[in-house]
Amino acid sequence: MIFDYLIYVFLGIGLFFNVLAGVGLLRFPDVYTRLHAGTKCTTFGSIFLIGSVILIGLKLWWEKDTNGSVLALHSALALVAILLTNPVGAHAIARAAHRSGVKPVRAIADHLAESPPLQTGEKTDKKQQPQEEGGK
Amino acid sequence: MIDVYTTYLTVVIALALCVILALVRVIRGPTAPDRVVGVDTINTIVIVGMVAFGMAFREVIYIDVAIVYALLSFVSTLFLAKYLEGGEF
Repeated sequence: MIFDYLIYVFLGIGLFFNVLAGVGLLRFPDVYTRLHAGTKCTTFGSIFLIGSVILIGLKLWWEKDTNGSVLALHSALALVAILLTNPVGAHAIARAAHRSGVKPVRAIADHLAESPPLQTGEKTDKKQQPQEEGGK
Repeated sequence: MIDVYTTYLTVVIALALCVILALVRVIRGPTAPDRVVGVDTINTIVIVGMVAFGMAFREVIYIDVAIVYALLSFVSTLFLAKYLEGGEF
């Protein structure tokens, strides 16, 4: 049955990328590279793992099992939630790490210092920062 | 026809090993953003594990819990990032 092999392939890809995320989180030297491993790999792996659940649900629905369609729909909702929230969280963590002063490993200069209009009163007075950011 | 129960329980066990790998980073991360990255990774893996668990037992309520957990962990990640960033909220 080619459908079962497809499900096994999906499970294999998903598990491979999730294990890769854990290993990369341990092995990489830096916050930003760890963020690559810990966020992108889990997003890609969860697409395939939840995709296999959706495939099984659709197959159960094809065999006149109404529980399968509900499983597939709710799994798709969980996948949409992961796909919407995971990159936004990663971007927020990266921005917070950069602004809290964590440098990349072996970095000499920080070319991503704040944009020129912000540099005047950026470190000294904290009250100016939220007003500047409000326009973004 | 594949054995859904055994297959997905094996998947959940493998995901638990990934959670342990990420937990090592949370425990010995040198800086605070490292720990936040580890917690974010654990959140995503736990969501996928809940979906696989719901498939193994054919229970839709586990997947609903996974959806709510995804949205709440997103809020907590944003809050932690805002806290690390400093400044006013």
